[in-house]
Amino acid sequence: MKIDKFTCIRCPMGCALEVRKDGGKITVTGNACKRGEQYALDEATAPKRTVTSTAELIGGELPRVPVKTADAVPKEKMFEVLEEIKNARLTAPVRIGDIAVKNAAGTGVDVVVTRNIERTFIA
Amino acid sequence: MNVQKAIVVIGAGPAGLAAAVAAYDAGATDIVVLERDGHAGGILNQCVHNGFGLHTFNAELTGPEYAARFGELAAARNIEILYGTAVLSVSSDRTVTAVNSRGMIKYTAGAVILACGCRERPRGAINIAGTRPAGVFSAGTAQRLVNIDGKRIGRKVFILGSGDIGLIMARRMVFEGAEVKGVAELMPYSSGLRRNIAQCLDDFGIPLMLSTTVTEIRGRDRVSSVVVASVDENRNPVMSTAREIECDTLLLSVGLLPENELARGAGVEFCTATGGADVDDGFMTSADGVFMCGNCLHVHDLVDYVSRESGACGVAAARYVTGCGIGKSDAAVRVRTSGGVRYCVPQRITRGGCGNLTLRMRVSGVYKKCKLRVSADGAPVAERNRPIVAPGEMETLELNAEQSRRLRSAECVEITLTNKDG
Repeated sequence: MKIDKFTCIRCPMGCALEVRKDGGKITVTGNACKRGEQYALDEATAPKRTVTSTAELIGGELPRVPVKTADAVPKEKMFEVLEEIKNARLTAPVRIGDIAVKNAAGTGVDVVVTRNIERTFIA
Repeated sequence: MNVQKAIVVIGAGPAGLAAAVAAYDAGATDIVVLERDGHAGGILNQCVHNGFGLHTFNAELTGPEYAARFGELAAARNIEILYGTAVLSVSSDRTVTAVNSRGMIKYTAGAVILACGCRERPRGAINIAGTRPAGVFSAGTAQRLVNIDGKRIGRKVFILGSGDIGLIMARRMVFEGAEVKGVAELMPYSSGLRRNIAQCLDDFGIPLMLSTTVTEIRGRDRVSSVVVASVDENRNPVMSTAREIECDTLLLSVGLLPENELARGAGVEFCTATGGADVDDGFMTSADGVFMCGNCLHVHDLVDYVSRESGACGVAAARYVTGCGIGKSDAAVRVRTSGGVRYCVPQRITRGGCGNLTLRMRVSGVYKKCKLRVSADGAPVAERNRPIVAPGEMETLELNAEQSRRLRSAECVEITLTNKDG
């Protein structure tokens, strides 16, 4: 029997999770909610993370726009996703949910804008 | 310019917005929110990471998204927000003096809600020896420089303090291409959320050095290294363990301090344990009609808790100005804390108040298998078993109507932390 221990990152409670693999049977304990069970199963088999960063913004009130992956991506793809965010260049105005990078690093997940930023005023 | 307002809210961060929205919905619609920055949302805008809003919106949002949701709630109610407006003073008779590019405004308010947030404890407050090179930042300042202004602040980073901002910035700096050499924590436990240790340090193999501190900063123009050493049980560095770590940047995440210059000017009474005002269960300070909520009242772990508390504050302020509230809060029972409970907000419970009480508290150390108990005149009123409590995580006790009534009529209310069987 194999036991993996994780700290749940799905919410600030940070439950101490245990995943027991007994042959084909996998059980999760320590979770306070359904989300935690799913997190533990993912973490034991294929860990995923939501990636957040900022991207370059042209002509905006601010020079950077915050972005995130619309869903969690495989953990080993995090830095590839970041590299594509680094190469992205958006033009103001931008709205929450606008796509910054389509299908980031081939994960099938888009990187989306997380802040509304207006165009800068040029007098 | 002289203006009459039912409620003046100071600060359009998460606390101010939640208070304004809740006050509006409770019937006090004549509200202005004064904000010194050019945007609403406060510090949320620089918190580009996710994990906000699970309690409030049942969604996992980033800081800017959470701020935008509350901005929309305020906009839907046509709540007036004045940007670029700095408040100069608040008096105990609820005169609020503010200034912006159009001039000076003097508000006569029915109620004032202070929602000014907090500041970071700076280097000077923790007395690190050494030179004064560039490259030493408080973690929140670094967060703003990187996330809002898009600056590169360093390549080899060491972090002192394992508060949440320090942990979040460790990951952020890795994402920005920097090498993070480690996070030192003076205490034998981290004050950050457990999940942030997992997803910000463990994911990237960044060492967390407990019972360790920075004893010296070295460098002439720019930081070139820091000296770290283990500390003994009295938190004094053991110099035989000292070692030098090469880095060009030191981030300090060594605590947050409520920002309360305005409240001090208004002459309200303070609580030394929180750094915020001494308030009753309607969040009223010792000054009649002056309320306080959010991180200037006491520093919170989660913005969701700030929103919730501030909403309750907004409702209480609305009741106060519409004349159906508690009124002047002199008749109150003081909440005493002992046995590992460092503070409780509210500090006073009004005798004439109504509604269910929520008691928010922090403990002074890490305790396992324990029980939080609130008692009235020695008799337990409510208890909560906790597998583990730590100073970094706020604890709450939610009381029902009957339990609240018992506290309101007690001579002595006390909160204690006991072992599970005690």
